[in-house]
Amino acid sequence: MTLPRLLRAYLRPYHPQLLGVITFQIVASMAALFLPRLNAGIIDVGVTQGDANYIVRTGLVMLTVALAQVGSTAVAVYFGARTAMGLGRDLREAVFRRVGSFSNREVGRFGAPSLITRTTNDVQQVQMVVLMACTMMASAPIMMMGGVVMAVREEIQLSWLLLVAVPAMAVILGFVIRRLIPAFRLMQPRIDAVNKILREQITGIRVVRAFVREPLEMARFERVNGELADVGLYVGRWMVTMFPAVILVMNASTVAALWFGAQRVDAGLMQIGSLTAFLAYLIQILVAVMMASFMLAMVPRASVAAGRIGEVLDTESTVTPPPSPVTRLPERATVRFGGVGFRYPGASHAILENINFTVERGQTTAIVGSTGSGKTTLVSLVPRLFDVTEGAVQVGGIDVRQVDPDLLWSRIGLVPQTGYLFSGTIASNLRHGRPEATDAELWDALETAQARMFVEAMPDGLETPVAQGGTTVSGGQRQRLAIARAVVRQPEIYLFDDAFSALDLATDARVRHALRPLTQVAAVLVVAQRVSSIVDADQIVVLEDGHMVGLGAHRALLDDCSTYREIVESQFSEEEVA
Amino acid sequence: MNRLTPVRTGQLKETERVRPEGLGRQAMIAQRAIRFLPSARRLLRQVAPDRTKVGGVFLLALVSVGLAAVAPRILGRATDLVFSGVFGRQFPVGLSRAEAAESLRSGGESTVADMVAAMEHLVPGQGVDFQAVWLVLLLTLAVYTVSGLLGWLQGYLLNDVVVATVRRLRDEVEAKIHRVPLDYFDRQPRGELLSRVTNDIDNVAQSLSQAMSQVLSSLLTVLGVVVMMVLLSPSLALVALVTVPTSLALTALIMRRSQKLFVEQWRRTGALTTRIEEAFTGHDLITVFGRRRDVNAAFGRENMELFTAGFGAQFISGLIMPMMFFIGSLTYLVIAVIGGLRVAAGTMSLGGVQAFISYTQQLTHPLSQLASMVNLLQSGVASAERVFELLDADEEPEESTGALPAPVRLGRVVLDQVAFRYDPETPLIENLSLVAEPGETVAIVGPTGAGKTTLVNLIMRFYDVDSGRITLDGVDIVSMRRAELRGQVGMVLQDTWLFEGTIRDNIAYGRPEASEKEVLAAAQAAFVDRFVHHLPEQYNTLVAESESNLSVGERQLITIARAFLADPALLILDEATSSVDTRTEVLLQNAMRGLRSDRTSFVIAHRLSTIRDADLILMMDQGRIVEQGSHGALLQADGAYAKLYNTQFTAPVIA
Repeated sequence: MTLPRLLRAYLRPYHPQLLGVITFQIVASMAALFLPRLNAGIIDVGVTQGDANYIVRTGLVMLTVALAQVGSTAVAVYFGARTAMGLGRDLREAVFRRVGSFSNREVGRFGAPSLITRTTNDVQQVQMVVLMACTMMASAPIMMMGGVVMAVREEIQLSWLLLVAVPAMAVILGFVIRRLIPAFRLMQPRIDAVNKILREQITGIRVVRAFVREPLEMARFERVNGELADVGLYVGRWMVTMFPAVILVMNASTVAALWFGAQRVDAGLMQIGSLTAFLAYLIQILVAVMMASFMLAMVPRASVAAGRIGEVLDTESTVTPPPSPVTRLPERATVRFGGVGFRYPGASHAILENINFTVERGQTTAIVGSTGSGKTTLVSLVPRLFDVTEGAVQVGGIDVRQVDPDLLWSRIGLVPQTGYLFSGTIASNLRHGRPEATDAELWDALETAQARMFVEAMPDGLETPVAQGGTTVSGGQRQRLAIARAVVRQPEIYLFDDAFSALDLATDARVRHALRPLTQVAAVLVVAQRVSSIVDADQIVVLEDGHMVGLGAHRALLDDCSTYREIVESQFSEEEVA
Repeated sequence: MNRLTPVRTGQLKETERVRPEGLGRQAMIAQRAIRFLPSARRLLRQVAPDRTKVGGVFLLALVSVGLAAVAPRILGRATDLVFSGVFGRQFPVGLSRAEAAESLRSGGESTVADMVAAMEHLVPGQGVDFQAVWLVLLLTLAVYTVSGLLGWLQGYLLNDVVVATVRRLRDEVEAKIHRVPLDYFDRQPRGELLSRVTNDIDNVAQSLSQAMSQVLSSLLTVLGVVVMMVLLSPSLALVALVTVPTSLALTALIMRRSQKLFVEQWRRTGALTTRIEEAFTGHDLITVFGRRRDVNAAFGRENMELFTAGFGAQFISGLIMPMMFFIGSLTYLVIAVIGGLRVAAGTMSLGGVQAFISYTQQLTHPLSQLASMVNLLQSGVASAERVFELLDADEEPEESTGALPAPVRLGRVVLDQVAFRYDPETPLIENLSLVAEPGETVAIVGPTGAGKTTLVNLIMRFYDVDSGRITLDGVDIVSMRRAELRGQVGMVLQDTWLFEGTIRDNIAYGRPEASEKEVLAAAQAAFVDRFVHHLPEQYNTLVAESESNLSVGERQLITIARAFLADPALLILDEATSSVDTRTEVLLQNAMRGLRSDRTSFVIAHRLSTIRDADLILMMDQGRIVEQGSHGALLQADGAYAKLYNTQFTAPVIA
C-alpha cells in the first residue's frame, strides 16, 4: 500500500477535521496576506504623509487581522494535531488488530520484532508527516496562490519577476530533492538495521556475554551505525546546500524587484509602499515554495513506512472464521485427525502427511517423535493456529474450520512449549482463560499443577507480580503456572505441547497424577519427550518426519514399532526396557 | 590453540563487589521530575568531541548572520535614494534642500517639509540617482552572496557535527548495553528498554538534525538583528526589544505545560511498545484462550492515552508559533506608529524606518522559527532524558586491571561456601560448596527453583557471589576479567537465541574465525546437518525467515553446534536439550563425550538419561546440595536422589 492510498483510507473519518484545517488555514493565510497591504498603507499614506491618525486607524485594523490570524492558526493547529495523532492512533489500532487476526503462519512470516516496529515506529513516521502537513504545509499552497494574486494586484508590471524567481527556485529545489529522495529511501532500512541489532542484543544478552562476543557485536553495530551516519551525512549536506541557495534566490529577487521597482517609482507609475508590499508578497511566495518542497523531501521516509504498514494491513490471515459458523458443539467432544497434511506454500517438503487418529474423550493420546518431526504443528492444528492443507481436523465430528472460533477456543486448554506468562500478577495470568474464576479455583488449579507451594511461599501469594514473559520465575515454575492456567479454564480438550519438559521427574509424575481426575472427562493430546510421561497414555502416535509410523499403546508399540523402541531405549538402559 | 592466554604477572587487585540488585527494586523506572534544561544541556555536551568544528560553525555563522543582518541596512539606502529622487524631482533645479523644505513649509505642509529637510540624498530638481541605486544594489547582492556562501559552509560543518553526535550517542548506548549488569535487563520489561534504544534515539536524532542548524542560526540572527536595531535607533530598539523577553516568557509558560505532555507521550510510547511486544510474542495463547477482545480493549485504552498525551503536547506546543506571529505583528505596529511619527517629524529617514521595520520582521522570523522548533526540541529532549537514564544506569563493577597469573587451564572448579540472593530479603543459595575435578561431568539435579540456574549464573559471573568464593584452577573468578573467564566457558541455555542471519552465521558465532570445515563438523556433531538438508537454502537459510520452520528443538541443536564450535575448557549445559528428542540426545551425548573428554562440564537436566553417566551428581534443594555422588552410589544411599530416580519407574514401563 502506498502512502496516498493509506492516507486516503485512514483519513476518511477525519474529513471534517481536515476541512477545519483547510478552512482555518485559509483564513489565517488570508490574514497573513492582508498584513503586507496594511503595512504598505501605513508607509504610503501614514508615514510619507505624516498622518499619525491614519497609522493608528490602520494599525487597529492590522491588530484585528493579526488576532484573526492567531485565532484561526490555533484552531487549525487544534484540528491538525487531532487529525495527525488520531490517524496515528487508528493506524496502530488497525495494525494491532490485524496482527491479532493472523495465524501463526503470518506472524512467523513477518516475525514479531518486525511487526512491533511496524506498529510503533512506522506509524510514527506517517503520523509525523501528516502533522507537519496539517500544521505547517497546508498553508503553503494557499500562501503561494494568495501571494501571487496579491502581488499581481499590487503591481502587475513587476509580476514577470515571479515568472523568473519561482522557476529558478523550483529548479534548485528539484535538483536537490531528486538527490534527496533516493537517500531518504535508503535511510529507513538503515535505521531498521541499527534498531534490529540493538533488539537482538537485548534479547540475546546472555548468549552474547557467555560467548564474549561483545567486541563482535559492537563491531557489527558500529558498521550499521556508520552506514546510517553516511546516509545522514549525505542527506544533511544536500539539505544545507538547499537552504542558502534558496535564500540567495529570495534575496536576489528582492534586489531585482527594488531595481525595477525603483524605475517605476521614479516614472511615477508606482508608489513606494506598493513596492514594499510587492517585496513582502514575493518573499511569502518563495517561502511557501520552499515549505512545500520540504514536505516533498519528508515524504520518502514516510512512504517507506507506509508501505510496510500496508503490507501488514493487506495481509489476510490464512486462518479465517467461517462465513456461517457452527455455533453448537456436542458436549465432551472427541478430536479426530482425518488424512491430515500440512505444508508451507511452495515447500517441497511436507511438514505433516496423512495423519489419521482419534482422541476419545476421557482418553490421553501422546505424540512422540524426533525433533522437527511435526509434533507442535500437529497440535497447533486443533485450535487453528494453522489450518490443514489436506484432510481435516474434526472436533465432535465437525471440521474445526466450520466452527465459530470463539466456541472452538472455549473448549481448549493449551499449554505451549514455552510457558509464556504475561506481565501482571500470578492471579491475572491464571485468570487469563477464565476471568471469572474464584481465588479458590485458582488455588485448586495451582494444587493440581504442583505450584501451590511455591506460590504460597511468595510474599504476595496470588498477587505476586510477574514480569513479561515470566522471566522472574524459573523455567519449571513457569511451566507449572502455564499448566495451572489451562486447568483454570476447565477445558474439554487439553493440548500439552511438551509442557512438562522443564519439570523434574518427581514433579512431572505428581502433576500427571493430579491431572488424572480432570483429564478423565476430557480429550487429552500430549506432546512429550520423556517416555515416563506417556507410558500410561491410552494411545501413542509416533511421528517420524511428518509421517505417522506407529499408533497404539506402549506395550504394543514396543513390539512392533522400531522408531518407538529406539526412543524408549534412548531413555532407559537395555535391561530396564527388557 | 588460541585458548591459551599470556601469562600475566603482578598484584592481584581486590575488585569492588556489587550486591546484585533485587528484583524488588524494579519500581525505579517510575516517573521522574521533568528536567528540560539539564537534559538539554547534557544533550549539547554530547557535541564536545567536535569542539573545533563547533567553533568554526560559530565563527562562520557569526559572520554569515552578521552580513545578512547588515544587508537590509544597505538595501534601506536604496529605498532612501529612490524616495529622495521622487521628492527631489518636484523641486526646480538649483534650489538647496533647505530652500525646498522652506517652500513646502510656506505651502502649509510643515510635516513633509521636516521630512524633506532630513533627506540627505535629496537634490532638488533631480530624479532618482540610478547609478547610486545600482551600486547600492550590487553591494547588497554581494553581501548576500558572501553571507550565503559562509552560511552554506557553516551548515556543512554543523551537519557533520550533528551526524557524528548522533552516531556517538548510538555507539554509547550500544557500549552501555554491554556494560550494565544482567539484572538491568531482568528488571524491566523488554519493550520498555527496546523503546528507549529505538524509538527514543530515533526521535533524538530526528530532532537534533532538524533543529540544531535552525536553532543556531535563529539565535544568532536574533542577536545580529538586535545589534543592528540598537545601532539604527536605540529608542526604537528599546520598543522592539520588549518583544524578545515577552516572547520568551510566554514560550516558557507554554513549554512548561507541553514538556510534561511530551515526557508523558514518550513514556506512554514505551508502555504501549511493551504491551505490543507482549501481545505479539504471546500471540498463540491470546488466541486460544479467547483473550483477543480483552487484549484489544486494553491496547485501545493505552493507545487512547498515548493519543491524549501526544495530541495535548502537539497542540499546546503548536500554539507557540501563531503566538509569535502575533507578537511580531504587534511589534511591527508599534514600530510603524512611532517610526511614522518620527519620519514626519524629520528625526528619522524613511529608509531608516523601513530598514527598522524590516529588522522587526527579521526578528519575528527567527523567533517564530525557534518557537516552531520548540515542540521538536521538547519532544527530543524528553526522549534524550530517557536515553540518558539508560546511559546513567549502574554498570558492572570495574574489572581488575592488574595482570594475573593465567589459569593453568585444567578446568578445576571449586565453590567454597558460596552464598547469594537476588533479593536481599529472600535467601537463595546458602553456604554451597563443591569441587569439580578436571574432565569431570557434574550433573546438577533437583526440584525446580532449587537454584540450579543461579549456580550457573554465578560461575559465568552474570552475578557475583555475596560471600564465599568460586575458583577456576585456584584463581578466584572475581579477580579474573569477565571476558577471560567467559571465554573459557561454553554455555548453552534452554532459551535459544538466534540472530537474523544464516544458520551458518549462527553456528559460527561460537568462533567467528572458524573455517567452513570446522563449522560443518560442529553442525554434524550437533545433528544440525540432518534437518538442514530439508531446508530450501540449507546452511544459507535465513533464520528470521524460517522462524516458523525451525522448531524449538532444532533451534536448540543450532545453539549446541555453536558451543561445540567454540570448543571451551568448561562446558555448561542448562537444560540445553530439553526440547530435543531423546534419541537425538543420546547421539548428542556420545558426540559431547568425545568433545569434552578433557574438559569439565556442568549439566543441568531433568532427564535422568542425561544425568546417569555423570561423574558427579549434585542433588540440590532450596539452594543447598543435599546429596552428592555417582549414580550408583546415590542409588545405594537410597536418599532423595534414589527417590527421584525411582519415580521414573513407578510408571509401568515394563509390565
